[in-house]
Amino acid sequence: MSVTTTSSGRLKRRTEGASPLGSWLLAGPMTLVLAIFLVIPILMLIVVSFLDYNSVQILWSFVIQNYIDALSSGTTYKTFAVTIEYAVITWLITVTVGFWIAYFLAFEVRSTTWQMALFLLCSVPFLTSNIIRTISWIPALGRNGIVNTLLLHLHVIHQPLTFLLYSKFAIILAFVHLDTLFMITPIFNSMMRIDRTLIEAARDNGAGFWRTISNVILPLSKSGIGIGTIFVITLVMGDFVSVSIMGGGQSASVGIMIQNEISLLQYPAAAANSVILLAIVLIMVFLILRVIDIRKEL
Amino acid sequence: MGSERRGLSFYILAVLFAVFVLFLYGPIATIVVLSFQGPNGGLTFPMNGVSLHWFHALFQQQMVGDFGGAVTRSLILALMVMVANVVLAVAGGMAFRRRFRGATLLFYLVIASLIVPSLLVSLGIGLFFSQIGIDPAWYSSAFGAQLTWTLPFGLLIMFAVFNRFNKSWEEAARDLGAGPWRSFFHVVLPIILPGVVGIALFGFSLSYDEFPRTMMTAGDSNTLPLEVFAMTANVTTPVIYALGTLTTAFSAIIIVGALTTMAILRKRRLARAI
Repeated sequence: MSVTTTSSGRLKRRTEGASPLGSWLLAGPMTLVLAIFLVIPILMLIVVSFLDYNSVQILWSFVIQNYIDALSSGTTYKTFAVTIEYAVITWLITVTVGFWIAYFLAFEVRSTTWQMALFLLCSVPFLTSNIIRTISWIPALGRNGIVNTLLLHLHVIHQPLTFLLYSKFAIILAFVHLDTLFMITPIFNSMMRIDRTLIEAARDNGAGFWRTISNVILPLSKSGIGIGTIFVITLVMGDFVSVSIMGGGQSASVGIMIQNEISLLQYPAAAANSVILLAIVLIMVFLILRVIDIRKEL
Repeated sequence: MGSERRGLSFYILAVLFAVFVLFLYGPIATIVVLSFQGPNGGLTFPMNGVSLHWFHALFQQQMVGDFGGAVTRSLILALMVMVANVVLAVAGGMAFRRRFRGATLLFYLVIASLIVPSLLVSLGIGLFFSQIGIDPAWYSSAFGAQLTWTLPFGLLIMFAVFNRFNKSWEEAARDLGAGPWRSFFHVVLPIILPGVVGIALFGFSLSYDEFPRTMMTAGDSNTLPLEVFAMTANVTTPVIYALGTLTTAFSAIIIVGALTTMAILRKRRLARAI
């Protein structure tokens, strides 16, 4: 665009904004990175899921055997079922805890400084290592761990509890520990946008604590809850770190199944299971997006 | 302000919040304490003396892989991701301030980048690189893989920043004859600087600790999280707690440093505005 010095020219440029070329020059590098490292790899995953393989390499011939293998095995269904179970239980806990923590920060804490300080307190662990955070449960939950020692000491139990570590309980606990922040942040974000006068109006009209929550706050935080749900479900469904550390090598999940196939160099089989996982995750996300509009949240 | 009496709900929820914070920080606090176990101490309490033994052990070359190399690679990679993340996310954020063809599609692509499970991104990139005959490496494939995780956070931070951005400053700069580069570096950048520091913090920290997206993409040379994960399977001494303590302390220093910088930048701007 040439430099225009007349006032009308400048006005025109301002209302029209920069040229579309300018916008694409700015967005281009990011688009390129996502194209090379997200779009092509996912397409590659789909292509490879239809390829044949032997014990050493991928063979470039089209087959649907990988899907037949996956879908005719009872183990596949069991593994997907247990992974969805992890996701649902984790979701139930994180949405309950996340809602009340966000509610506390948004409505019960009154000074903005405290709001921000307490929110930061919750979000700092997100920027530290997930693996370290997961293994840090081991001294608490083990057979001779803090929880067992304490309970034995208080005579609540007479034998150490064995379900605490390397169990479904431990896996869910790790998920809740790692992922609740992904629920708190979007719900807190929607709650901060709720017009405070609406709550006063509800109170003035005689609505009590629970009624205000169910008729005003809950509906208006719906999109935050939806975004949090998408995060938690996709994180749990795709996980394999927490399950392999907290399950102690005994527990299954889709992530571990895919990881095992990778380590056996059965890439097309891993790719087929990945595509099935992706399809399930996308269907879940699609269903959630039918209820909420995420663009409204930005 | 604050004249209204706090209800019962405040106290109940304050207790819930305190318990939640304890739940968040308690486990990490225990491994920090346990990393100072005596030389004969185990993975759980009681403490068998207090020593720096396990920190020494960490730096002896008795570990599975090349520990020092892994730390160096992770640091360099984190710096690369940090710089790329800042540049790409700020440019992307500037682009999204105007409508452009394909903006909605790009937005959904960014969101997709957040919700496609990391393991699949990792496997897809690994397959892609091996099929086109390029060896995956931490500075190429793992670098790109990590950007697909950090860029969406960067862009979302930019959206939040520009939501509160007053365009009239920029227009004033234009009216005074500043070109787009000059108005960006002299007007826009100083205003959005705290947000930019935030994007840098996310880029650095998420990269430094990223495991699943690096797993299939780092090639032959491990990064730190890959070493740590390998250790969880075969190390049964408090050495792993010493490592956990050190990485967490390092992350904490980075976070506190970034937050302090952001606070100082904001304060300085406010002071100048008056």
